[in-house]
Amino acid sequence: MSTHHIQLTINGQTREADVPARLLLVHLIRDNFDLTGTHIGCDTTSCGACTVLLNGKPVKSCTVLAVQADGGEVLTVEGLEQGGQLHPVQEGFTAKHGLQCGFCTPGMMMTAVALLRENPDPTEDEIRWGISGNLCRCTGYMNIVKAIQYAAEKMKTREPQPA
Amino acid sequence: MIPPAFDYAAPTSLPDALALLGQNPEAKILAGGHSLIPAMKFRLATPALLVDINKIDGLAYIREEGGWLKIGALTREADLDQSALVREKYPLLADTARMIADPLVRNLATVGGNLAHADPANDHPATMLAYRAEVTAIGPTGSRVIPIAEFFTGPFTTSLAADEILTEIRLPARKPGDGGCYLKIERKVGDYATAAVAVQINVDNAGVCKSAGIALTNLGLTPIPCAAAEAVLVGHTLNEAAFKAAAQRAAEAAEPTSDYRGDEDYKRALVRTLTVRALRTALERARL
Repeated sequence: MSTHHIQLTINGQTREADVPARLLLVHLIRDNFDLTGTHIGCDTTSCGACTVLLNGKPVKSCTVLAVQADGGEVLTVEGLEQGGQLHPVQEGFTAKHGLQCGFCTPGMMMTAVALLRENPDPTEDEIRWGISGNLCRCTGYMNIVKAIQYAAEKMKTREPQPA
Repeated sequence: MIPPAFDYAAPTSLPDALALLGQNPEAKILAGGHSLIPAMKFRLATPALLVDINKIDGLAYIREEGGWLKIGALTREADLDQSALVREKYPLLADTARMIADPLVRNLATVGGNLAHADPANDHPATMLAYRAEVTAIGPTGSRVIPIAEFFTGPFTTSLAADEILTEIRLPARKPGDGGCYLKIERKVGDYATAAVAVQINVDNAGVCKSAGIALTNLGLTPIPCAAAEAVLVGHTLNEAAFKAAAQRAAEAAEPTSDYRGDEDYKRALVRTLTVRALRTALERARL
């Protein structure tokens, strides 16, 4: 089994690690870097709890090898807050009660951040389609949609976020 | 779940990738990885070496050239879904890309992988059969073109050799009178099809069908081409009666098995209904 020295940027910080080829990105994030905001839900590419942004795109980190992130840029939920200020998506989830048990929330928010970057003014249908790869087993979708709408509104009246 | 141990290499050129495949008969190609990595986590696949082709430039593109729409094998489903060219001129392909897995999976999953994995539940195979597509594979002795009808040889099995890499998929460029549609019934976003039908037709100004491609997803051990259904349409004026006759032939071509998605009769009934609806939409689109 091959081991690989990798270097990546995670939440703006350059990190290095020696990883066996079979290490999954989600385990690198949680176990090597101790960033446990990224959750493992189904572990079978279905639920989206492990969603992180890899080179700007939301992906399910249980289905990416850590070594594939070599040279790349990863953003996790811990990287959303900037200078003590919550990201508008985080604010939205707070203001609109976008979580119940909270397990899907980090992945849901990462997908929402990517969605609003590509489409700053989404319709409700576009939001629902955009988060269709993230499951909320509390079925709290109504408030998740409202939280993302809140964030979209907020981001229109605010400076562009570095995240 | 953790995959079994394996070696990993990320060559930056096709010759390097081919050399690695040639030296390692137990190697597998890693493209989007969204079928392979889950299979490895379940220990259904245990390759000794993964040859990651993601660092090879020039394998991801969507362009019209020489009478073909050419798609690089490493093109992500999301890029296909968002391509203005595909949305405007290749509605069957656009419909299909949008129904594959979910938006997150589509950010990494590739068109080439969807075909080369040859899961009878994958969506592109039926679509490419309906389009009469061709794929290009490169091996140690050069490139060859494989008509899609000769590509799928069994469940999870293709005519690709172990030391070949699928590099391009091409389908005939849109002509006037072309129209297509992909319809899929799934239990939820991200599920495999309970039944799905791909349809691509060409009609002349009088409404006579000049060519037809019809194929089915997840209704047998391989994607199923429906030659008898196509024959009902070609040379005839397209109308509801013709659609129903073709749909009946398509349902007869299906080889469904009863499972938790539905029983055989239900799946055949879906094929009948979806084929009629897909043909209606394809005809509307052909007239645009």
